[in-house]
Formats: sequence, structure tokens, C-alpha cells
Amino acid sequence: MPETSEQLYFTNSHEWLKVSGEFAFVGITQHAQEELGDVAFVQLPEPGRVLQSGETFGEIESIKAVSELYAPVKGEVIEANEKLLTAPELVNNDPLGEGWLIKIRVLSLDGLDQLLSGSEYDSLVKEL
Amino acid sequence: MAYIPNTPADQAEMLEAIGLNSIDDLFAPIPQHLQLKSELNIPSSLDQISLTRHYIELAKKNAGAEDYTCFLGAGVYDHYVPPTVGAILSRGEFLTSYTPYQPEVSQGVLQSIYEFQTLIAELFAMDLANASMYDCASGLAEAAAMASYITERREILAADTINPAHLDVLRTYLNHGPYELHLLPSQDGRIQSETLKDALSSTTAAVLIQHPNFYGGIEDMFSLSDLAHANGSLFVASVDPLSLGLLSPPGDYDADIAVGEGQALGCPMGFGGPMLGLFTCKSQYIRRLPGRIVGATTDIDGKKAYVMTLRTREQDIRRETATSNICTNVALYALAAAVHLATLGKTGVEQVASLSFQKAHYMASQIDSLPGYRLTFPEMPFFKEFLIDCSSSPEQINQRLLKDKILGGYVAEGNRMLIAVTEQRSRKQIDDFVKILSEF
Repeated sequence: MPETSEQLYFTNSHEWLKVSGEFAFVGITQHAQEELGDVAFVQLPEPGRVLQSGETFGEIESIKAVSELYAPVKGEVIEANEKLLTAPELVNNDPLGEGWLIKIRVLSLDGLDQLLSGSEYDSLVKEL
Repeated sequence: MAYIPNTPADQAEMLEAIGLNSIDDLFAPIPQHLQLKSELNIPSSLDQISLTRHYIELAKKNAGAEDYTCFLGAGVYDHYVPPTVGAILSRGEFLTSYTPYQPEVSQGVLQSIYEFQTLIAELFAMDLANASMYDCASGLAEAAAMASYITERREILAADTINPAHLDVLRTYLNHGPYELHLLPSQDGRIQSETLKDALSSTTAAVLIQHPNFYGGIEDMFSLSDLAHANGSLFVASVDPLSLGLLSPPGDYDADIAVGEGQALGCPMGFGGPMLGLFTCKSQYIRRLPGRIVGATTDIDGKKAYVMTLRTREQDIRRETATSNICTNVALYALAAAVHLATLGKTGVEQVASLSFQKAHYMASQIDSLPGYRLTFPEMPFFKEFLIDCSSSPEQINQRLLKDKILGGYVAEGNRMLIAVTEQRSRKQIDDFVKILSEF
């Protein structure tokens, strides 16, 4: 996980997107992991798969529920976080860091302006 | 169940609470012309003694396997059920228990399901079994959908030697989903490797084979499984659990998913069921598994305890994102199967399979030597069921057998009869059947 977090965006469905050059990391937010509770399993896509903006790319299972994961922008999956296979609790412990889900090559920035900034997302969560 | 009376005083109190004067007022929203003004055209009520007699008379119309000698199979079998099954099943703790959502009050039922899963997984030589399905047919259909989901392919190749009732359920399930169902045509009663090789394509999600097949035939599961896997498809087996005392279990031929009908493990042969679906798979597919699994864990004091797991994947929680519509199991018959298997033990299961096999083969050879009858597929190895060609109408043969209190075989197209022989059939019963055939 690179420390140079140039641009951090959030979705209404509680994913985050950290864009760094042509690549980006995707994960779920602090608020999402708190709502889910203990994460038991994460199902992620194979590298090479092209995700459309808003497309379901996997599932996250906690002791309470199974939730879908949605791609914030269009991109090709470069890597899935394999550490989560044996340590899904990383999503709870460090959702914006070690608990990242996938790394993508961004193929289109369409819809990026629809995403939320950190402060916009904070106010969204406050309203919930 | 407690009988809670509903007295006129109770009714008056309830009506008053909702501000009505009479029970008829409850029906006021229904237009007058739609309301039934006359009495229902049904017989008047019976006293308890007459009612009991009435039901005894009705029950006598049924030709049950207790009074008749049963050679009827085709998916439902007259295997012996040891009395331990009834003794355990009739215990109120099991008979009336509700779905064990609360582990703190349901350890008994949870343990019984856990034992059932363990026994079925061992019998099938598969990594894991779920807590059961409605029946084999729905299990087979769920397996097809699961394979399609896993492989992200849409075509399901199903052997035409699968029980036609199961194929009907498969069609119903797959008809409205993103699937394409194609039948694999059999030759001489079985699926040939060449046929499968030609039918496989890059869109084939799964190959579904019943073993023994509907005609009792033993399919070449090892070759068919290899061919499916070489194509990147999953191999789904539908097996008779009691055949596994003699035949290779699905795990041996690397089946990805294996289902079966558990009726013969303790469910009576009631018209319409209930039945017991057995469902097993490789552990790598556990999160695609329909239904539920009971797992073993430890409680706060470190003692062994059982809990329902994978609940969060069930339909009632996942709603529109569910991949299966199963969120229950047949717990009482799963318990019957567990008690049945535990009573028989490994040796018992082998004996049941071996006796059924030997008796079926004795009967087949007797019939094959009669003039006017022959085995439809003489070259096909079979387990406990076989198809015969008759020179006269099988329906008429069955009518004649019924006079001697014998339930004949399943009538198949083209003057054919499918005969099932379980370990319960005696040599005399078989000889009596054959004698009637010879005189017909």
C-alpha cells in the first residue's frame, strides 16, 4: 500500500478509492467495517477482469450479513489483496490501509466527479 | 399442541376491542354478491368414534408396502428401516423442535444435524455435506445453478438417464434463469464417453450424471468426470446413498458436487413425500453451497458446542442477492437418516447394497430366461434395478400382480417395466413374481 495517497474518494455505498497515477486501490470505509462487524470472508475478483463503474466486484461476509462490493470507477483488476484470504480481520483493523480489497488500473475517470470527498462522506455518515 | 378454546365470551371481548358488533361485521368489506349465503356443500360433522372409523376405511384403500410386496422403485425404495429410527424420531425433543436459530436452546437438534452431515460426507467421500435439501431433485437443480455460478458459464449438460421427475424439476428451476439446459443422449441405457466428449463446449458449466442411472445402470463415472474436468466444467453426481456400500463414492471419482435421495434412509414411502435431499461438495465451494451447515465450536466455558453457520448467506437475509432459494432443511428426516446409518454401520450399508445387488441379479436372470421377456439392456451392468421388455402390456401384468398383493414395476414407454429389488425381498417373493410373469 503506497503511502502517497494523492486523491481519496468515497462512494455512497461506502467504498473508498485511492487514486495514484494510473492505478487505484479500493476498499471499504471505517464506517462500513463498523456496521458490518467482524468480517469472516472476502470474495474478490481474478486479476484481468474489467470492472465497469458501479459493477459488483465481490462480496464481503461478516457475522451479520453478506454485502456486495461495487467498483467506484471503471478499471482492470491488477491485484486482489490475498492477505484477506487468511486474515479477513484486516478489513476491520485497518480498512483504509492493510485491509484494502483490490488494486485496479483506472480505465476511465467518468463518474469520478460523482464520488464524495472526505468531508462530504463524513457528513453523509453523520446523517445516517 | 395446546388446545386453546375460543368461547363466545372471548369472541365478544375481541369484537369489542376492535369496535365491531358481530363476527359477520368482519366480512362487511366483501361485496354482498360475493358472499356465500348458503351452507357449504359438505357432509355434517362426525363424532370422534365415527371419524376414527372413517379414516381407518380410507387408509384401507391404500396399498402400502406393509401389506404388499413391493418391486416398485424409480427413485423411491422399499429398504428396511430399523426400529431405532422410529424410537428416536418419536421423541418430542426432536419431533416438535423448531429451526435451531438459537444455539443456547437447540444443542440436541444442532448436534443431530452435525452428525447427519458427518455421516453423509463420509458415505459420499466428499469434503462436506449440508444440513439437507427438500429432495434429490431440488438438490440436483441447486447443484446446476451453483456450478453455473462458480464457473461463470451457462450450459448445463444433463444425462437423459437421470430420473425423469428430477429432470422436470431441473427444467423448472433453470427455465427462467441465465442457463441453457441440454440433455446428453444415452446409448444402450448409458452415457457413452464419446457422446459427452462431443457435447462439451467452452460454455459448459456442469455435467450432471445419475449413478446408478434411472434404469439401474452403472455409469462410467471416472471417465465422465475426467472429461468434464478436462473441459473446465464441474462434475455433478446424483447417487443412491445405499449403493455406496458397493459402488465407488463420488469423492473417489473427483465429483465437485454430489447429491442424492435420502428417502430410503428412513422416510416412509408417502405419496408426495416428504423426501430428504442429500447435498455434498468440495470444501473450496462452501460459500456457494445452498442451504445451511451446522458447525462445531466451543462455548464460553470451552465445552464443545454446535451452531448454525453460513446463515448470513441464506436467502431470507440476502434477499434479492441470494443465489439459492433454500433456507431450511428437512431436519427430522435428516435425523432419521443419521440414526439409520449409525444403526447399519459400515458393514450394514455394505450388506444392504450387496443383498440388493444379488437379489436383483437373481431376479433379472430368472426373468430373462422366460419366453416373452428379456432384459432391455443385457450388456449394461446394474445395481438393484433393471428394465425388461415385455411381450404383453406391463399395465395388465401389474393388475394381475396386484391380485396377489404384489406391487409390480414402474411402467416405462414401449411395453417396458423397471423392476426394483431391495434387500427386503425374499427368494419366494421373487419366485412368485416370476411365476406370474411366466403364466401371463
